Amino acid sequence: MSGFMSILKRDLHLAIRQGMDNMMVVMFFVLAVVLFPFGVGPEPNILARIAAGVIWVAALLASMLSLERLFQTDYEDGSLELLTLSPIALEVIVLAKITAHWLTTGLPLIVAAPLLAVLLNMNTEGFPMLILALVLGTPSLSLIGAVGAALILGSRRGGVLLALLILPLYIPVLIFGVSAVDAVIGGFESKAQLLILSAFLMGALPLCPWAAAAGVRQAIE
Amino acid sequence: MLHRFANPTRFLRIATLVQPWMAWSTILLAGAGLYLGLLSSPADYQQGESVRIMYVHVPAAWMAMFCYTGMAVSAGVGLIWKHPLADIAAKATAPVGACFTFLALFTGALWGKPMWGTWWVWDARLTSMLVLLFLYLGYIALANAFDDPSRGTRASSILVLVGFVNVPIIKFSVDWWNTLHQPASVIKMDGPSIDASMLWPLLLMAVAFNTYYLWVLLIRIRAEIVANKIRILRLKQVHG
Amino acid sequence: MDVIKEFLDMGGYGGYIWPSYIVTAVVLIVMLVASQRLLKGNEATIKALEPAKKEETGEEKT
Repeated sequence: MSGFMSILKRDLHLAIRQGMDNMMVVMFFVLAVVLFPFGVGPEPNILARIAAGVIWVAALLASMLSLERLFQTDYEDGSLELLTLSPIALEVIVLAKITAHWLTTGLPLIVAAPLLAVLLNMNTEGFPMLILALVLGTPSLSLIGAVGAALILGSRRGGVLLALLILPLYIPVLIFGVSAVDAVIGGFESKAQLLILSAFLMGALPLCPWAAAAGVRQAIE
Repeated sequence: MLHRFANPTRFLRIATLVQPWMAWSTILLAGAGLYLGLLSSPADYQQGESVRIMYVHVPAAWMAMFCYTGMAVSAGVGLIWKHPLADIAAKATAPVGACFTFLALFTGALWGKPMWGTWWVWDARLTSMLVLLFLYLGYIALANAFDDPSRGTRASSILVLVGFVNVPIIKFSVDWWNTLHQPASVIKMDGPSIDASMLWPLLLMAVAFNTYYLWVLLIRIRAEIVANKIRILRLKQVHG
Repeated sequence: MDVIKEFLDMGGYGGYIWPSYIVTAVVLIVMLVASQRLLKGNEATIKALEPAKKEETGEEKT
């Protein structure tokens, strides 16, 4: 556990020192959403209808932007190899790095989301659910994304490749995340969607660090 | 190194023996299937002649899923027992599987136009097939993204296993999503219950697609084994 | 002549049926030919490389 905390602290320190990078992810998120009114027109009804979907898709793309660096910098300067030699299990190290990734990108996205929901004229009843769904969904995105980030280590064209590998796997989270919000706005229960999102998270929590650690190992071998 | 090549060498011998059999069975089965499917089988009473698209569409869809399962099994065997042939088989299957998936989508669109009046609907099956195509393309891109090919094989083996765990989840999500957004007046792709006169060409074509897959698989595995030998020879020459 | 026309028309669905068969055939044949060419190309390369390897071992012996 102390190993987990020390890796987490180290990654958070690094992220804070490069504060601009994380701000840029949020900026990308905001800009991507702001483009939609220009694309589909400023009519409030249409915007309200697509708000949840647009915010989710933009959040998905934004959280993917910073994934490439999750292991890349450590891989290039050799510290990843040192970490694998440490007595702490690689799975725990990976989980700590994923947690740091979520705290530095997932969390700011969740904070920015209500603002964007206002811009898109989303029904206020959906706001708490949007935040709740993002809280349950974005950790899954970071977890699944970590597997892709581990697999592309040392490859050519890392960033585009990562998108190709990870985006199809994001579809289930996207479907249930959006539908939870839409259900509440439409006046339905969204317990099922939330339970399924939690189930994804519970499933991804043990499996993804394990797969990502396997990916890191084969990259370093 | 010799031990690693003991198996592939034996495989090469068997492959050259089996390959002509696969080639001839593919040609004969496909010929018989095409004859029954295009000429002698009757038109469906509901869908009319357009039902004939089924004889290429359904086998392609079956093979698309079969190839992905095959890839996952070979990748698992390759990762656990480090069997070189299994890794090669997974890598050799991917392009063929991607072709089948593309064909299933393409012929599905051509079937959908007269049946549903549109090339594409976000039907659960079509959507899952589309996602499957992306999984194949991601695998192929990752397998070829490294300067060291063995890195590509290992990384893509992990990816295909992760994808395989995800396929049922994606299928479930898409089904659920689709019942939520049910498009109006969709005729189910299941179509009519199948008559014996249609079952025969369908089965013949399905078996033909299967033998075709094995045929191409053998060729691609042989090509890959030879490519590995070339790499080893080149390395030896460099290191003297 | 009419029989052929009728066969090609496929009860009005010919425009959908034939492209699906033709594209299937083309894709599968291209895949097969590409694989075969890959194999032949690799076999040719290894033939060109192997004598070079023998020369080297020969040099080592002498």
